[in-house]
Amino acid sequence: MPADRSIAFRLILVITLSGTLIFSAVLGYNYYRSRLVLQNELEHNAENLAMSSVNRVETVLTSVTKVTEGVARSLESGRYSHEELLGLLRATVRENSEIFGACTAFEPLSAKARPYGPYYYKQNGQLIYDPEVSFQYLLQDWYQISRELGKTEWTEPYYGDNGANTLMATCSTPFYEISGGTRRLKGIVASDVSLDWLTGMVASIKVLKTGYAFLLSRNGTIVTHPSKEMIMNETIFSLAEARNDQGLRALGRKMIQGKSDFLPYTDINGRKSWLYYAPIPSVGWTLAVVFPEAELLAQVKKLSLTDAAMGLTGILLLAIAVVFIARSITTPLQALAGATAAIARGDFEVELPAVRSNDEVGTLTTAFQVMKSSLKEYISRLTETTAAKERIESELNIAHDIQMGLLPKTFPPFPDRHEFDLFALMEPAKEVGGDFYDFFLVDDTHLCFVIADVSGKGVPAALFMAMSMTLIKATARQGFPPDEILARVNNELSRDNDTCMFVTTFCGVLDTETGELVYANGGHNLPLHLKSGNRVSWLPKSGGLMVGAMEGISYRREQLLLEPGDRLFLYTDGVTEAMNEQEEIFSDQRLERSLSAVLGHGLRESVDGIMAHIRAFSGTAPQSDDITLMMIHYNGTKDSRR
Amino acid sequence: MSGTRATAPGICVTLAVLMLFALMTASAASAAERTLKKATFIPLWSPQAQFAGFYTALDKGIYRKHGIDLTIINGGPNYSSAEYLRSGKADFAALWLTTALQERASGVKLVNIAQIVQDSSMMLVTRKASGIRTPADLNGKKVGLWGGDFAIPARAFFGKFHLRVQEVPQSYTVNLFLRGGIDAASAMWYNEYHTILNAGIDPDELKVFFLKDEGLNLPEDGLYALEKTVKNDPDLAAEFVSASLEGWEYAFAHPDEAVDIMIKYMRDAKIPANRMHQKWMLARMRDLIIPREDRSGYGRLGESDYAATVKILLEAGIIPVIPDFRDFARRPHAGR
Repeated sequence: MPADRSIAFRLILVITLSGTLIFSAVLGYNYYRSRLVLQNELEHNAENLAMSSVNRVETVLTSVTKVTEGVARSLESGRYSHEELLGLLRATVRENSEIFGACTAFEPLSAKARPYGPYYYKQNGQLIYDPEVSFQYLLQDWYQISRELGKTEWTEPYYGDNGANTLMATCSTPFYEISGGTRRLKGIVASDVSLDWLTGMVASIKVLKTGYAFLLSRNGTIVTHPSKEMIMNETIFSLAEARNDQGLRALGRKMIQGKSDFLPYTDINGRKSWLYYAPIPSVGWTLAVVFPEAELLAQVKKLSLTDAAMGLTGILLLAIAVVFIARSITTPLQALAGATAAIARGDFEVELPAVRSNDEVGTLTTAFQVMKSSLKEYISRLTETTAAKERIESELNIAHDIQMGLLPKTFPPFPDRHEFDLFALMEPAKEVGGDFYDFFLVDDTHLCFVIADVSGKGVPAALFMAMSMTLIKATARQGFPPDEILARVNNELSRDNDTCMFVTTFCGVLDTETGELVYANGGHNLPLHLKSGNRVSWLPKSGGLMVGAMEGISYRREQLLLEPGDRLFLYTDGVTEAMNEQEEIFSDQRLERSLSAVLGHGLRESVDGIMAHIRAFSGTAPQSDDITLMMIHYNGTKDSRR
Repeated sequence: MSGTRATAPGICVTLAVLMLFALMTASAASAAERTLKKATFIPLWSPQAQFAGFYTALDKGIYRKHGIDLTIINGGPNYSSAEYLRSGKADFAALWLTTALQERASGVKLVNIAQIVQDSSMMLVTRKASGIRTPADLNGKKVGLWGGDFAIPARAFFGKFHLRVQEVPQSYTVNLFLRGGIDAASAMWYNEYHTILNAGIDPDELKVFFLKDEGLNLPEDGLYALEKTVKNDPDLAAEFVSASLEGWEYAFAHPDEAVDIMIKYMRDAKIPANRMHQKWMLARMRDLIIPREDRSGYGRLGESDYAATVKILLEAGIIPVIPDFRDFARRPHAGR
């Protein structure tokens, strides 16, 4: 089953298919069982039907037999005159409605004897006397059979030759003269019976709509049958011969042998049927009842069709119900999906489907509602936060501007002074940096310069930096040497320094006339001394602590004499600790090489070149710390140079 | 189902018949001009396929084509063809040879103008269950015998085997035998034998004695006329024989149609008609009428058959003298 079909489709498919399968199995079994039950019932019914008919026939035929035998016994027990004999025959015919005619046919005593066979029969309600003067009766079946067998027998059915062309049969029985222990045949008593009632009765046996009964004589001759042309013309054996059906012949033999059975049968029209047959004992005939299978099964089929129709309707209803349920599940889900898509686009005002049930979909919808409101709240909070952040950022930008404004940015700073030149550059890592540099003339011949790195970053660092810068500048202008400046500033800063911020500071005062540099280092990176002879050397370590960390610290004053052409390069740890993508730091060594590379270039070009090296090194790695570079070039006075 | 495929002889016969039809229209016209001769014919028994050739010829207009306006008198138990011929109620009659010889011996001047059935089809039928295996076993048994001349072959059979049997008159049904009233029944191969089979008795339950197999091959149905009839109008007799034989040819060539025709006449005569029975009968008639593949002696009384029959009748004391074969059997020839 394709997984991309909708839930509804899959539900319908699976449930309908399963339903149909189960239903078909039940229906099939039901049909099979019904058929069996019907067949059993049919056999029972067939037997009942046939037996009741047989009994009705038998009652009539037996009474005729009894009457005929009664006449014979009367003739044996007494001597009858001609008139008495006629009276007996008349009474027999008159009093027995079933008997059409009665005859006493006497066995001729000699070949020359006169035939004597008085016969009475009914015609139009009247009794007709036929004296029967020929010996024709001696050749009649009814006479011969009883005579030769010496017992009561029924003839095969025959067409009566009294004009009416009715089907008749004759019951005949011998009567004897018993004298002196010997028994001599005197004649035969015969009763003719019209079989109209019998054929009518058999024809009236209604078996469903198209079923029927038929009667076979002892010879297998068809006595009654719905097909008129078969009556008396065909025997079951001639039918078998015509159909070349040995099975039918075998069946016919069983039938005329007085057996009874219930079996499948193909009738003369080739219809599949069931046949029940039973003998009519007194005449040795066979009554057969044909049940057309199609019609029998029609009921089962009809029932099955009804079942099928009901089942189909049921399955259809089931399918509709499934559609309904599936839709009740998928519709809120689809609505949820739609709403979710809207939410994903940022539309938090979209209406979620109403929760109408407490089922999983309801729970899901409730969860979605909670999620939506949470998201909405979160997003609004986020919006607020973002706005606040943006405000702060804009303030930071302002702070950055202020900070940058604090830093002297006019280069060359002292265009009228030729003893030295100075160039500085700061690249803050965040908008507001913690690094700063400053330089100013303390007096006419002394240039004070500072490079510092405040711990931390951002606004607090910037504020601390502004404070430190102001303090350093204010202190330096009072003419204190660098160590004193750092000590004083340290004391100022460390007092009430709740934030424990500090600043590494390198502060130097250059005598622009002599090139004598006095400096103090408050925990800052050691600057480099670029001698005019193209030598780069680190300033010696002076071991001072960071400014602002602890009150009452003193700093060592160091001295260095700058020759004209010497340069001093100051920087913050943002340079040496700048990282590349491989998380390697720029390092002192690279800085040294970088400085060597830019020797001989102009001041600004040198600083820019170093900055370029750092940037090239860092590549795409983000700048993690402020980068500040400052380079002082000492030219010396014209006097000293002179 | 033989005959469903068109065999070469079948096609020949069909062609012949077609040609005859073609001729018929022409000759019918001329026949009408010279007016049809009225004639009557009585078969041995009521309508059945035993006489299919005659009824077919009548139905297909073959007699008319031969210039005869024939009336077939339906035979039956109450109609003796010998009596009809004797009294002149019929111009032509079908008789067994034995009957004809008896009639001749008794002074009736009849002549055999054609011999239709060449062989004896008579048989004695017994049930195997009765223990009869040989003719001798019939001694003392109840045997059904038809009346009159039809008993002659059976009696000759008893004489030949020196049997004393209890003769029981047998009607035209076999019910007495079927019910067990007699041990043996007279039967014609083409008729009663099949009736017995179709009353549900299987062939292997029966022991039958074919009289022809016991040296008693008495030719049966022949066509007879009084000498004077033939003398007066030899053409009529000749045409009657030709038309009858033609009718038989047609019936054998078209057995289904012949059976249809037969059943029609049977229905008209209100006689129970069973198609399978008539089919059987027609097929057996073919075996009896054309017993030899080369068709030798078709329609003619063989002199040796005649002699054998005469001998049997003489020995049985049924006829006193031997009629001359040439006097007795005359193949009438058309005058032209």
